[in-house]
Amino acid sequence: MIMETIIEFQNLKKKFETKDHVVEAVRDVSLRIQRGEIYGIIGFSGAGKSTLVRCINMLEKPSSGKVIVDGVELSALGEKALRHERKKIGMIFQQFNLMPSRTVFDNVALALHGSGLSKEKTEKKVEQLLEYVGLSERANSYPSQLSGGQKQRVAIARALANDPKVLLCDEATSALDPQTTRAILELLRRLNKELGITVVVITHEMNVIKRICDHVAVMENGEVVEEGDVFSVFASPQKQITKDFINITSNLTEIYDLVERKDPIVDLQSGEVLAMLKFRNATVSEPLISSVSKEFDVVCNILFGDLDIISGAPIGGTVVIFGGEEEKVTSALNHLTDKGISVEVIRDARSASKIIA
Amino acid sequence: MQDLLLKLLPNLMVRIPEFIDSIIDTLKMVAISGGFVFLFGILIGVTLIVTRDGGILEQRAVFQAFDKLINIFRSVPFVILISLLLPLTRLIVHTSIGVKGAIVPLVIGTVPFFARQVEAALSEIDKGVIEAAKAMGMGPVTIIFKIYLREGIPALARATTITAINLLGLTAMAGAVGAGGLGDFAIRYGHNRYMTDITWVTTIVLILFVCVIQVAGNFIAKRSTH
Repeated sequence: MIMETIIEFQNLKKKFETKDHVVEAVRDVSLRIQRGEIYGIIGFSGAGKSTLVRCINMLEKPSSGKVIVDGVELSALGEKALRHERKKIGMIFQQFNLMPSRTVFDNVALALHGSGLSKEKTEKKVEQLLEYVGLSERANSYPSQLSGGQKQRVAIARALANDPKVLLCDEATSALDPQTTRAILELLRRLNKELGITVVVITHEMNVIKRICDHVAVMENGEVVEEGDVFSVFASPQKQITKDFINITSNLTEIYDLVERKDPIVDLQSGEVLAMLKFRNATVSEPLISSVSKEFDVVCNILFGDLDIISGAPIGGTVVIFGGEEEKVTSALNHLTDKGISVEVIRDARSASKIIA
Repeated sequence: MQDLLLKLLPNLMVRIPEFIDSIIDTLKMVAISGGFVFLFGILIGVTLIVTRDGGILEQRAVFQAFDKLINIFRSVPFVILISLLLPLTRLIVHTSIGVKGAIVPLVIGTVPFFARQVEAALSEIDKGVIEAAKAMGMGPVTIIFKIYLREGIPALARATTITAINLLGLTAMAGAVGAGGLGDFAIRYGHNRYMTDITWVTTIVLILFVCVIQVAGNFIAKRSTH
């Protein structure tokens, strides 16, 4: 696939000035988003990600710097030309922002206002859109009669009405339960694949990034601190904040709490080792634990496992208690290290003289 | 029946035609000035909403001008406003008495109140909805007509109800200074000539009017809320 930039930020800055102080919501961000990908921007609240995404369709006017979408420098356009370009950029929101006094059908049809389509064509288009998001039978309902997930589907149908090239999702799943989140993310992935729409996802949930994104940018204090394809960022996070985000989604770190609390589950017999194994590359497809157990004649007791498939490759880790003869345990651990697994010994009940880490 | 009414309402029963005329005058005053108030009030209320800080056509100077003007007019008591406006009233309608003479002060006295009500009603609309409309590429005019004035209908219906009832009250006050209508009728006979039956019946008629306005307003507000 030929990479082609569809959205580009050049030295983008956005300041908000209040009476007493200036808040720099976005400080000097330069990014490129490729056509046809799903690009995630993650950060805690206040990191500036919502402001950044609003600079794409100029809901927030940048203080300085350029925004170029599909070859057009939006930051240089007048109001009228800008409104025309905005029709090519769909947007969905955390709170859905549907018009409460209009039916589902009319909410979607509203987006086609001024598009010059005849009444029949508008009706047909709205029906197709509702069909695409799976809400045909709710066309005459009002937003207040819908569940959160259904509201977001209507919002997606509305955002797709003008055949946009880009879809901006501002915390689109943050108000939804996990199951609904999954369904909405699936829909986003589907429209990305089937309609070729570039999707920009703003979120504070690493799971969202993990599930659908191709590239990710991590934002902190108005800056992009880390950027790359999702697998490499997950496999070797560079910045503390990125590690924090990854740890939140993983249950592996619970082991530290258990050790701290001296939970009986982490009590070791003499000669046993409690270790965390992290898989950073494709070797996880080999049955490592099982083969180590057989080959070195050690007993492996898995306490936690957290494995994920990201961008088609497995990533994650397990927390294991290894038992058996001390030398064998030691060789098993060395073998795993040789295989490219990161082995972190958390507790060690081998006799002190033989510790090899 | 006739006898009973004559006995209970001796003063009213001999002035029925005049009573009916004053009811019609009151209705005329409410309807005509109400129409103008609705138009100007919506216009100014929308202006306030779109020009305020963060509005879709943010214009600080315009907002401040209307905001201050409303405050000034709202702080002048209506009876004094009528007399202050006499020259203007004569200029516009060439008279300062009767139904015609009452329209100008009623409109100017009520528009600021209604404009504030409209502003409050429209500010209830979720900011996110406005943002979504902007993101869809809608211009300010489309947003005003397709979003503000459409999504605001329930709140606008409530605001209109309150204002109409207010206006009805003011027509009675205008009556006291020569405007005619039920207020004038009640004061002329009921108050000045101690014909209490007239005061009572006039009050009952006004209460009925208020009820009708309230029921109609509630109906519209309820019908348009989903």
